[in-house]
Formats: sequence, structure tokens, C-alpha cells
Amino acid sequence: MSPNEALPLAVLLSSLLPGLIIFALPESWVGTRTTLNLAGALAKLVLVGLLLAGVAAGQDYGFRHAVLPGVELVFKADALALLFVTLSTVLWLFTTFYAIGYLEDAPHRSRFFGFFSLCVTATMGIAMAGNLFTFFVFYELLTLATFPLVVHRGTPQAMRGGTVYLAYTLGGGALLLTGIVWLHALAGTADFAHGGYLAALPPRAAGQLQFAFLLLIAGVGVKAALVPLHGWLPQAMVAPAPVSALLHAVAVVKAGAFGIVRIVYEVYGVEFAQSLELLTPLAVAAAITIVWGSWRALFQDDLKKRLAYSTVSQVSYIALGVALFGPIGTIGGLVHLVHQGIMKITLFFCAGNYAETLGVHKVSELNGAGRRMPLTSVAFSVAAFGMIGVAPTAGYVSKWYLGEGALAADMSWVVAVLWTSSLLNAAYFLPILYRLWFRPQPAGWPAEHIPARGWRETGWLLLMPPLFTALAVLVAGLFAEADWSPLAWAKLIAEREYLQ
Amino acid sequence: MNGLLDPLPWLILLPLAWASLAFLLGPGRGGRLALAGLAGQLALALWLARRLIEGGPVSHAVGGWGAPLGIDLYADGLSAVMLLLTQAVALPLAFYARAYFAQGAGQFWPLAGFLLAAMNALFLAADLFNLYVTLELLGLAAVGLVALGGGAEPSRAALRYLVVSLAASGAYLLGVALIYGSYGTVAIAPLTPLIAAQAPLAVGLAAGLMLLGLVAKSALFPFHFWLPPAHGGAPAPVSALLSALVVKAAFYLILRLWLGPFAPLTADWGWLPALAGAGAILWGSWQALRTPRLKQLVAWSTVAQLGYLFLIFPLFGLKEPALQAGTLQAVAHGLAKAAMFAAAGILLKATGRDAVDGLAGVAGRLPLTLFAFGLAGVTLMGLPPSAGFLAKWLLIDAALEQGLWPLVAIVLAGGLLAAAYVFRVLRQAFLLAPEAQQFHPVPRRLEWAAFGLAAASVLLGLRGVELMALLGIGVAP
Repeated sequence: MSPNEALPLAVLLSSLLPGLIIFALPESWVGTRTTLNLAGALAKLVLVGLLLAGVAAGQDYGFRHAVLPGVELVFKADALALLFVTLSTVLWLFTTFYAIGYLEDAPHRSRFFGFFSLCVTATMGIAMAGNLFTFFVFYELLTLATFPLVVHRGTPQAMRGGTVYLAYTLGGGALLLTGIVWLHALAGTADFAHGGYLAALPPRAAGQLQFAFLLLIAGVGVKAALVPLHGWLPQAMVAPAPVSALLHAVAVVKAGAFGIVRIVYEVYGVEFAQSLELLTPLAVAAAITIVWGSWRALFQDDLKKRLAYSTVSQVSYIALGVALFGPIGTIGGLVHLVHQGIMKITLFFCAGNYAETLGVHKVSELNGAGRRMPLTSVAFSVAAFGMIGVAPTAGYVSKWYLGEGALAADMSWVVAVLWTSSLLNAAYFLPILYRLWFRPQPAGWPAEHIPARGWRETGWLLLMPPLFTALAVLVAGLFAEADWSPLAWAKLIAEREYLQ
Repeated sequence: MNGLLDPLPWLILLPLAWASLAFLLGPGRGGRLALAGLAGQLALALWLARRLIEGGPVSHAVGGWGAPLGIDLYADGLSAVMLLLTQAVALPLAFYARAYFAQGAGQFWPLAGFLLAAMNALFLAADLFNLYVTLELLGLAAVGLVALGGGAEPSRAALRYLVVSLAASGAYLLGVALIYGSYGTVAIAPLTPLIAAQAPLAVGLAAGLMLLGLVAKSALFPFHFWLPPAHGGAPAPVSALLSALVVKAAFYLILRLWLGPFAPLTADWGWLPALAGAGAILWGSWQALRTPRLKQLVAWSTVAQLGYLFLIFPLFGLKEPALQAGTLQAVAHGLAKAAMFAAAGILLKATGRDAVDGLAGVAGRLPLTLFAFGLAGVTLMGLPPSAGFLAKWLLIDAALEQGLWPLVAIVLAGGLLAAAYVFRVLRQAFLLAPEAQQFHPVPRRLEWAAFGLAAASVLLGLRGVELMALLGIGVAP
């Protein structure tokens, strides 16, 4: 195995192996478990760094393994894959720190961290999948690995959330599988390729290709929470906060959105998809999701539920960017994959901190929390401004490119959608900020678990991750033009996609 | 290829030998012997597989007589795959059974040995009559194992199983007699061109009778009624053997005959077994969703999973994908179902009762067992990367290629239904245990045996190429 084959494999194994070992560890071996977790996360970070340097220099990474005659698992770490891989790797590291702090003294931590590592492995597989078959394998693996995390608390409420999650995702998986096998029957086995691989089919297959597209998008749309397939996401917020972070930022909804990117760009090809008239319906679906999610978020008093509906809305920015025919929209969608991740993970970390430290779960209980937990609240505010799209945060950059892309594609109604969404975002985030900073502190908190010690308003493992990710939200916005920014990488991908 | 260095006869003689010795040693003895014997059998099966890969199908004339006077043994890729599956499932189950039957195994070891000898002989038989003999012996050993549980309910289940088994063998034997009357031979190889050249009505009738008998033995809906009480009521190692292997023997015969000599007869009515298969998937899954008892749930899941095997009938126009999908499903289900029954047996021992409701809290107490149950479930649901997923992939791919959309819908619906009943168990297990819940300690060896089988069913999905290469040996195009 050459180094260019071994590196992607090592990226997979750096979370798979620690995960498998952790399953076998006794509950009380906290030190070993923590060491393994962090060693895996750091090793992955180094490996991904090597990959990034290589891919930027034009190297090809990947390997393949046949599982049936004519059916292969194909992995390739191209620029698009690395966008997602890097995001997940970095956020996994933060989430691991956070989860260690969050789950101190909780039961079944070996099981938790085992499945946690499996989730990240599945995400890496999804990102680096080189054909639809491989994508599907890891897509389903992700479903299976997240279920025990969603129901981790073992309460009837968690079970309900978990069951709804499974019903949606497995149903979506069945649709996706049908679409994939159908394309396999039509076009044989093919790897993802710039510009797609279906354009060469005879024109009479157009109807079938359109229907297969519907199946595929419905299949990945479940995880991407496209309306009306989003019902599981608000239910799944019963999970512990690190799991919510995983669902909303690192893995699950991103896997769905990433699937849409791959299907449009590298299965159908953006130009062929446009000629089959598939992009406009996708843009409409994304637009409806964006507005509907924001609208529903307005009425949620439960903080995590409000954030969940906000995710429904924000993830569809990615689909919207993909559906805008043209490189600028593509850049907007792709960069939002990263930007939404760092902003939303910050918000969920903070929501978890309010709940763990003060027992606050509802928006209406947040009065004056800014004075009790200033650092957490600063992080929350930065991310919320990002979601609204205020300059100079990361969210501003995303929205700028999406708007420009819409104008370039002659779809000015999309700009109206973006404006409406931003107004709604402001309408559901600004009241939270007002409560945090300008309302007086109540006499007592619902259930204060962690007392403040000096500047340490909560456990330092809970405090540091949101501060770092909030900083990243600012940096990604302020230094968007630097050549190491997510934006620069998104531009690189768009360049390779449109100049094939 | 004769002589002592031939794996074919030894695959039959070895289990016979340890079964007889175990019988002589007396009730409950002979477990260690069985383990040694089974290890030997697995080695023989692997050796046979290697030989096939190197030199194609092999045959062996017992005692040097050869057909038509003597008994021929014959092994091609399909036989080798089934033999490998049988020994690979039986060996971990033997480990399991040794720990499971702590209070005395009764006649488990001799019966299991005879069962395996009959099964191996069936996979190696080269003519219709010997197939009948092995089928009958297999049925009798299986009935004996079901009755092993003792008590009124298992005895009734065993009796019902016996009646069905005998009636089914009778129908099969009648078919064989009709074939012999028409062509004067019962050896499979010479029959193939004869039937292809000319098939009188009697042959059609014979094929119908034989299929009826085999379908009843493989518990295809609506002939499944004997299976849930028999498999659900027997001790866990027996349930595992029966559900994983014994029902597959009848299916093997169906594959062997209907992809072989009877292939010309299937063209028009392939939808009928497929319809029954669809019925099995829906009805079996539905019952699995409703039954309050854990082992009944697993047994009903077998009814449902066997349905998939018969969905391949309409695909016989494309012989290779049909054979591949059917065999892969049989292998995947064999490993997974053995694991699942083994896990169910552990959960039963630990909670002290056979109830899905009683499982709250086992996720914390028996994580390895639950993991095994879940992995086996992944295979049954047909989710990647399991062997069950590859089987499903092949099935859907072949169905789409022939435009058979209803088949696709059934396969997908079956997968979702399987998810529903598997997660019915897992959900319960993840619930917090009630305060009063008592857990009995369980030997770790039981857990590892179940886990090993489950892991094999999933990991096999990464080695489909090798399995298909072996399966393809000696298949007429």
C-alpha cells in the first residue's frame, strides 16, 4: 500500500480503532479512555493536515476494495472531501474535550465514547466516499452509530426521540438505496467525477434520471432536514449536548447536505442537472426549508429546540448554494458547510453550558445569564450574530456569496428569501441576547450544579470549546480572504468543479 | 479422486464418529469431543474450498463403486459454501452449548453430531435418492433436538414438526419415484440434459411435489406454522442450529435442483414462490413485532428472512445473480440468526424470563450480548457493511435490471420491518432498569460465542468477492 493509499485509511482508523478499544474498557478506566480519545482526535488532526497539504499541491489520495464482483468500496480524499473531513476533525476534537467535561460521572461512558468514535469514523467515510455505494455504506453506519447516542439517557422521552430519528433516517436510507441501485442499473458502477458521469446516457433515460434524483435527494434530504423531512431533528434534541453538537454540526445533518453536494456535482454534474431541470426545484425546496425552519424557531421556548429549528433553516443554505447554477453560489454553499458547523456547534456548547451549570433549558429562563456566565454568553452572542449574518462574522461571508450567486444566476427571488431568513434569524436570536445581557438576574437559577469560581463560571472543559469555536467564527469572517480560510478552500473546489 | 486423503467422506464420517462416541459416553458428555471434531470439520471444509479453487468441482465414489451402483459424493462451489457455513456456525455454537448446558445437555451432543453428519451428507449428495435419505435423517435429528427441551409445549412442537417433516419427505420421495419412472435414473448430472430435452407431465408433477415438500421443510409461508413453536421453544443452542442451518438445507436442495435439472420447468410460475416469500416477509415481520416473547420474536424473524430466499425465483432468467443473492442471503442469515438466538438465550438466562418487556437495563449489564444482538440485527435489516446488505444489493440490482419493481418494494419494506422488530428489542434494552430487576450472572464464554457469530455476519460483507468466487465454481452458465 503506497502512502497515498494509506493516508485516507489511517484517517478512518484513527477514530475506528480507539472506538473499538474504548468499547472494551471498564467504566472506571477514565484515564485510559480519555487518553485514547484525545490521541485519536489529535492523530486524525495531524493526518488531515498532511492530506490538506498534499491535496493543495495537487496530489491524489485514495484506495479501493472490492466487496462483490463489480462493486467496490472507493475512498478518495479530494478537495471537497477534505472540506468536510477537516471540519469534522477539528470539531470532533473540541467536542471530545467538551464531552469529557459534560459527562463527568455520568454512567455508560465507555459505550458513549465508543459510539461517538464510530460516528466520526462514519462521517469520515461519508466525506471520503468515492462512489455512491461507499457513500451509502457509511451513511447507514452513521444512522446506526448515532442511535445509541440519541437514546443515551435511557428515559422514555429519549426513546421517543430515538425512535422518531430511526424511522426517518432508515426510511430515507431505503429511498437512497433505491435511487443508488437504480443508477447502478442504468449506468453501471462509476466513481464520483467532476461534471458527473450520467450525461453520456441516452436522452430517453431522462425521465428515469429525474425520478432517481428525486429518490436520492429525498434519501439524503432526511439527514439534511429538508422540509417536510425534518421532523426528527427537533425531536432528537433530547440527546445530551455533545450529541446535539454531533448531530447538528459535526456529522449528521452535514452528511445529508454533503450528499446533496456530491449528487449534484459529481453524479449528475451541475450542468447536466441544470439541463434536466432539477436545480430549480431543489432551490425551491431549500428556500421553503430556510423560511419554514426560521419561522418555527420563533415560537420555541426550549432553547435547544429553537436551535434545532434554526439548524433546519441554516443547513438548507448549503443546498441552496448548490442549486444556484454558477461558481459563486457554489462557493457560498460550500463555505457555509464549514461556517454553519462552527457557528452551530458554538451555540449548542453554550446551550449545554447553561443547562449543566444553571439548569436553564428555556429561553424564558435566560434572564441575566450574561452576568452570571459572561464568557459563555459572549461566545453565544458571537455565534448568534453569525447566524443572523452580521459582518464581520463567518455567517456574513456565506450570505454574501449566496446573494451574489443568486444575482449571477438571475434568481433574484433567492435574495428575497435570504433577506426574509435574516430578519427571522434576528427575530429569534436577538430576544435571547436581550435577555442574556439586559434583563436582571433572577433570585435563583432553576438548578445550579456548578458554582462560579472567579472567572471560571463553569467547568473549564465546558468553557474552552465554545470560546475557541466562537473565535473561529470571527476568524473565518475577518480573515476570509486569507489563503488558508475555509473560503479560499471553497474557491479552490469551485474552480476545480467549473473548470474541469 | 479416492483414498484417505479426500475431505469429502471425512466431512460425513467425522461428525458420525464423535456423535456415536458421545452417545456411548452417556447423556451430557462429549462436548469436548464435539469441539475437537468440529474444529476438524471446519479445517476439512476449508481444505475442500481450497481444492475447489485450485481444481474445480470434485467428486468421490464411495468404496470405489461409482454410479449407477454405488454412492457418489460431489462438491461444487455451492456445496463448499454451505459446508463452510455449517461448520463455521456449528463450531462457535458448540462452545456456546458447552457453557449453556451447565446442568446437563441430555442427548444434545449425539443428536447434534448426527444432524451435522446428515447435513454434510446432504450438501455432498449427487443424486435425488441420497438427497432424500439425508433429508429424512436431518429431519429426524432435528425433531429429536426440539424434543430435548422436555415439557409439554416442546413435545407438542416436536410432534408437529415430526408430522410436517415426514409428510414433506413423503411428497419429495413421491417426486423422486416419478422421476425415476420417467428417466430411469436419479443422479443429478445425467438428469439435466434429459429433462432439458423432454419433460413429460409426470416430471412437472414430480417437480411440483418435490418443491412442495422442500418448501414445507424450509417453512415458507404459508407452511411456516410449525417453525415458531419448534424454534422458539427449544433450548437456545438448538434453536440456533435449526434456524441458522437446518431450514437452509431444504433451500439448498431447491437451489441445487431448480437452478440445475429443473431449470427448464420454472419459467412460467416463478412468481408463485416469490409471492409466498413476500407473504412470509410481511407476515413473519408482523408477528415478530407483536409477540411478547423474545425467542418467538427471533423465530418469527426466521420466517420473514426465509421469505427473501424465495424472492429469487422470478430472477432465474439471470442464473448467476439469483444464485449469488440467494446463497449470500442464506449465509448471512445463517450466521446472524445463530448469533441472535445465542444472544436471546443469554438474555433469557440473565433476566430469568422469555419476555421482550423484561429486557430493560440489559444494555448496561450485558453490553457485549446486546452488541451481538444489534450486529446480528444489522445483517437481518440488510444494512451495510453486512453480508445481508450485499445479498439485498444483489437482489435489488437483479430485480431492477428486469424491471421487477414490486420485488424491490418488498425487499425494502422487509428491511424496514426488520429494523422495527430489532429495534423493538434494542429500545427496551436501553431503558433504565427498574429497581427490583434481578440479573443472574452469565458466563462470558456465552457472550463471546454470540458476538463472534454476529461479527462474522457483518464482516463477511467485506469479503463478498472471495465468497462469490468460490460459489461460482462448477456452476453451469
